[in-house]
This record gives sequence, structure tokens and C-alpha cells, in this order.
Amino acid sequence: MKTATADPATAARPARAGLLTRMKRSYDRHWYAWAMVLPVVLVIGVLIAYPLGRGVYLSFTDANELNVAKQLGATEIPATYQFVGFDNYWRVLSGADGEFYPKLLWTVVWTASCVFLHYTIGLGLALLLNRKLKGRSLYRVLLILPWAVPAFVATYVWRMMYNSESGIFNAVLGQLGIGPVDWLGDTFMQKVAVIGVNVWLGVPFMMVAILGGLQAISSEQYEAAEMDGATPWQRFRHVTLPGLRPVSATVIMLGTIWTFNMFPIIYLMLGEANALHSEILVTYAYRLAFGSVRDYAGAATYGILILSMLLVFAVFYRRILDRQEAVR
Amino acid sequence: MRRGIAATALVASLALAATACGGDSEDKAAGGPVTITWWDTSDATNEAPTYKKLIEKFEAAHKDIKVTYQNVPFAEAEQKYKTAAQAGNAPDVLRADVGWTAGLAENQYLAPLDGTPATKEIDSFNQGLVDGAKVNGKLYGVPQVTDALALLYNKEVFAKAGVQPPKTWAELSTAAKTIKQKTGVDGIYLNPDSYFALPFLYGEGGTMVDTGTKKITVNDEAGKKALQTVVDMVKSGVAVKPDFTDGYNNMQAAFKDGKVAMVVNGPWSTADDLTGKAFKNKDNLGVAPVPSGSAGKAGTPTGGHNLVVYNGADAAHKTAAQKFVAFMTSAASQEFAATETGVLPTRDDAYTVKVVADPIRASFKNVLADSTARPAVSGVSDMFTEWTKQYIEILKGNTTVEKGLDTTAEKWKTNINSLKEYSVD
Repeated sequence: MKTATADPATAARPARAGLLTRMKRSYDRHWYAWAMVLPVVLVIGVLIAYPLGRGVYLSFTDANELNVAKQLGATEIPATYQFVGFDNYWRVLSGADGEFYPKLLWTVVWTASCVFLHYTIGLGLALLLNRKLKGRSLYRVLLILPWAVPAFVATYVWRMMYNSESGIFNAVLGQLGIGPVDWLGDTFMQKVAVIGVNVWLGVPFMMVAILGGLQAISSEQYEAAEMDGATPWQRFRHVTLPGLRPVSATVIMLGTIWTFNMFPIIYLMLGEANALHSEILVTYAYRLAFGSVRDYAGAATYGILILSMLLVFAVFYRRILDRQEAVR
Repeated sequence: MRRGIAATALVASLALAATACGGDSEDKAAGGPVTITWWDTSDATNEAPTYKKLIEKFEAAHKDIKVTYQNVPFAEAEQKYKTAAQAGNAPDVLRADVGWTAGLAENQYLAPLDGTPATKEIDSFNQGLVDGAKVNGKLYGVPQVTDALALLYNKEVFAKAGVQPPKTWAELSTAAKTIKQKTGVDGIYLNPDSYFALPFLYGEGGTMVDTGTKKITVNDEAGKKALQTVVDMVKSGVAVKPDFTDGYNNMQAAFKDGKVAMVVNGPWSTADDLTGKAFKNKDNLGVAPVPSGSAGKAGTPTGGHNLVVYNGADAAHKTAAQKFVAFMTSAASQEFAATETGVLPTRDDAYTVKVVADPIRASFKNVLADSTARPAVSGVSDMFTEWTKQYIEILKGNTTVEKGLDTTAEKWKTNINSLKEYSVD
């Protein structure tokens, strides 16, 4: 019987010839499905595939504002930039431009510290809010509030508070008899300042996500642990954290990608000339494309490099998680 | 029946689209009025109302032209314009900083104005300013306002401390110390922006670049001495330690509140100064030429704005735009703007009795007489961007004067197209 069923399958294989034939057959049978998918494909093509392809292409050229094509009313000026192969990537990755590695290092420090603080503070607040206490919903609303503030508004408000002469922080420090701090001027303090703002902005999301995760852990597990005589720390370590794992894995990955490319805070808080040592890769790429000289090729190269790094990160992160899952 | 409804809807929407198109092209028809757009980069609260009044006058005189006014913040206008111009939908007229004009023309975004209605009266203009708007011999902008940096001071504080407006930076340091001692007011606030460092550079006999010998000279001895003067002033407390993010705003706030006795700033800022509590009495605001450096001469940069016309506009819009530029830069319009807002005219016949009657404007007119034009290369605004980065690094103490200026010179050579051939020491 076994061989009998296997035989037709092998016999059918030669008939499965040609991708085109298969597509044609699929089209004949499922044409309505193709028709339904078409708008989505078109939209994705216009919004994602074309810009991405164009970005990859530009990163292999020497395009800048002087040699790109321009449409000035009736007169059309054709593009005169040239294909330069891997020159841009070589210049960036060999460190010849002097900008990439220092900025990459700071971007990694920025991302790691922000995500770490987001997660730990978010977890702490979520644990607090998961208990039954008076006015819990009020606290929840208050803590979620920063999330509702657009990043650029928050940035400007914080920028005023950080102001070295008229800001509230220095006013308070002055009252306490401590000298003023040059929050946004000093190279180290401005890094602390931008991380502070991003933590303020990002904690609510983590808190809400983790709170959801906490509520999904069944109380029976805690009761069982308590019956076994587990201490609060042991309950946290062996029930809460493993129970949060699926949520944590997702939000940490999202948080990393968002923070790595968190544009408005650093761009708006510090201004170009002041942020020489505090630009992350994505703000620097923007400066290249729309700053003074408009180096489209250079900006595209940075964009593709950022995308590749995040892709590699995502793939490895998932793989590590899967492996841990398999071990368990 | 269903198909019928769908078909009707389709026809109806097509018809709508067709009429919409029709409405659009009607605008360009020969008979109808032409609508041009103007991006104004002036101060939205102090200056914009005056220009809006001028537009009303223009529209009354030219029934066939309508002007759409848009105020675009100065800081972002250049990049916004570049983006729009490349895509073919820039405004017909832009108020461009004198430092942008050459760069925009190099990108072919601007229409040459020689022999057009815009330049009929060009001979009445200050020829130095007209030369500044030329690229390769072609005129790309008509000067609308001009300015120069001057030393603005609080007369009351000066009188209390018994000091006179200083003639040199050394005198200024002594005066600042006396002021601090006798009145408790800080001496001077220096905006941490390289444009505002130019009086120091010119005062030492330095220049940004030497176009004759094709050499970047910002990092020569004069340049180093100039910035060393600034660093010493901040170190000794003569100048307030500036805020590096909001330097300009903090400078204005401190000066208006009477917390600092002097600033180096241009005529555009005087309207703002007069809103402060220190200058409730208008006469309290003193204007003096910037002090001179050790070379014994004072130097201040010529600034200002040109009106430029977009190259991508069609003929009808270009002509309308040129007429508009001519109107806005006419002697009468410039006199009106000067008396309303305090900006300085770009043509001699606009310095009427009414204009120079104001002591502040009269003082600035004297300051202008000795001002130095910027180097005639394109990309000057990009040069200031690179220089400011290093200037701030120097003021923060992250790098030395020498190293900061050498880096500036190198960045200019690698990043600024027009300086690629220049030599650097």
C-alpha cells in the first residue's frame, strides 16, 4: 500500500515542470485571490520596494545635489552621477570618513542603555501597578501620559527645562546651593540628558506591555509556588520572569530597533553644531542627505548599513531566543 | 442594474477629476490673474505684518497678479527650498540670505535677472551688495535688506559704571570688569555661532579664504589670535559662558532683561530688544561699531537678504515674480519697511530723512559703511556650519584653538565644492 501511494507522487513530479506553467495554473484557478492581493502588492511596491531599491542603487553611485536629475518647470536637467561600485561602503567601513565607528559606538551605547532602562523601569512600574492598590487606574493613566505626548513636543519641553540659564533644573539646583550644570553643552551631560528624555518617553510602552504579560501569568502558578515555600524573590525569578519571556522578547527587540533609529530627540534637542559627539547613525545620515552639502549617496550608504545591522541583530536575537526555548 | 450604478459613479468621478484639472489650468490662462508664491524668511511677529501690508499695496497696483504669502522660519528655509526646487515646485520668489544665493544659483534653481523688470533700477542700489548677488557675472538676486553686526549696549548700565563704548576688545574687557564690579551686571554675551566670530577675525586682519591666491586662511595666525581673544573673554568671565543649544535666544533674553550690558548683534534684533524691560525707554539702546582687534581696525560682516526668482516657474509666473521683486525692492517699499521694522535699505535713495531720523538706524548706517562682504564663493552657509561645530568645540574646551581651526579648514576643503582646489596650511 505504501509503495502504491508513493508511486503516483514520484510519477507526478516531472509533470510539475515550469514555474510559469504553475503560476498560470494557479492564476486560472485562483485569479480572484491574485486580484485581491494586487492592490497590497502595488502599495508595498510603491511605499517600500521602490524607495529601498532606489536607496541601494544610490549607495553605489556618487549622487549629490549638484548631479542629480532636476525638473525645473519645463526644463529638465538630466542626472550626471556615476556608478562607483563599493567605493562608498569602503570609505565608510574602512573608517576613512572618520565618522562611522565613533557614531556606531555611541549608537550602541545609547540603544543599550535606553533599552535597559526602559525595560527595568517599565518592569518595576508594572509590578507595582499589578498589585491591588487605591487609585490604581489613576496611576496607570498618569504613567501612560508621556506615551501620548508626541516625541517632538516632549523634546522641546525638555529642552527648555534643560536650558543652562532659564531652565527649571538649574533653578532647582541653584536653590539647593549646587552650581548650574551645562546639561546640553557638556559632551557627557548632553548624552545623559538625551537618554533621560528617551527613557521618560519609552517607559510607558514597556510598562503597558509588561503589565499585559503579568496579567497573563495565571495566579495558580504563584499559589503553587507559595505552597512550596518559595520566597518573593524566588517567585519573581522563577515564575514572573519566565512567564514574561514571550512579551519581553518581543518588546526588547522592538525597543532596540526603535531606539537605534530614534531620530527626533537627538536631532531636535541638541542642534547640529552642538551635537558633534552625540549624533547617532540615523541623525547623521539625515544630515548627510539634507544637511549642508546634500550627499545623497553617502546618506543612502549609511541607511543601508543601518538596515543591515538591524537585520543581522534581529535574526541573531530570534535565533538565540529559539535556542533557549528549545533547551527549555 | 448594479453595473449601471457603478458605471454612473465612475463617470461622475471622472467628470469631477476633469473639472478639477480644468480649474487648475485656468490659472495659467493668459487672461486670468497669475498667482505667485513668496516664501518670506523674516521674523514672523516683528517683520511679517509689514511685508503683508506691502503685498496689499502691490496687489492693488497690479490687478492681474495675486501673491500668496508664506512665512518660512529662516533656519530651515534653505533646505526646504532646495527640496522643493529639485522637485519642481518651489515658490516663485524667495527671500534668500546673501550667503545662500550663490549656492542656489550653482544648482540652477534661480533664474538670472539681468535685463528683466526686476533690475530696472539696479543702478540705484549699493553696488557692493549687487556684486554679492552675482555668480559668474550674472545677477541672481535683488538685495532687499542689508545688515551688519554692531556692538549693542545698555546705556543706563554704562552710565552707572561710568564707562564709554569700547573701541577695542581689550578696552571692552576692562569696561566689562568695571561694569561687573560697579553694577553687578555681566559684561557681554557672545552668541556661539561662527558668523558672530567674524568681527574678531576681521579685527585681526584675517579672512575666511583668500580668493586671489585660492587659499583657506581661517586657520592662519590672525584666525588663531581672533578665536583666542574669544576664549580668553569667556575664561576671564568678561563674556558669559554661552548656552550652546539656545545661544542666540539666551543672549537676547539676558540683554532684554538687563542682565548683560553688551551683545554683538545685527539691526534685525533691535525690534526684539525694544520689547524687553531693560529697553522700555527706547533711548537706552546704544549702537556702536564693533570693537577693533590688535590689528587696529574694526571689521563687521555684511549680511542681508536678496529676493530671488525660481528658475522652474513658467514665463508668466517669472514675469509676475520679477515685477513683484521690483516692487518689494523699490525705494518707497524699502523706506516703508525700514521705518516700520528697523531693517536697513539696500539702496542709497531709500535712506530718506525719515529713515535716518531714528538714532538706531542712523548708527547702523555708519556701521554699514565699514562692513566687509563675505568671500565670493558658493557654499558660504555650509562653511559657517562646519566652522560653528569647531567653534563650539573650542569654546567648550574640548579642543584647542589651533586644532579646531585646522579641522575647520580641512572640512572646508573636503566638504565645500567650491573650495576643492584651495590650498590649506
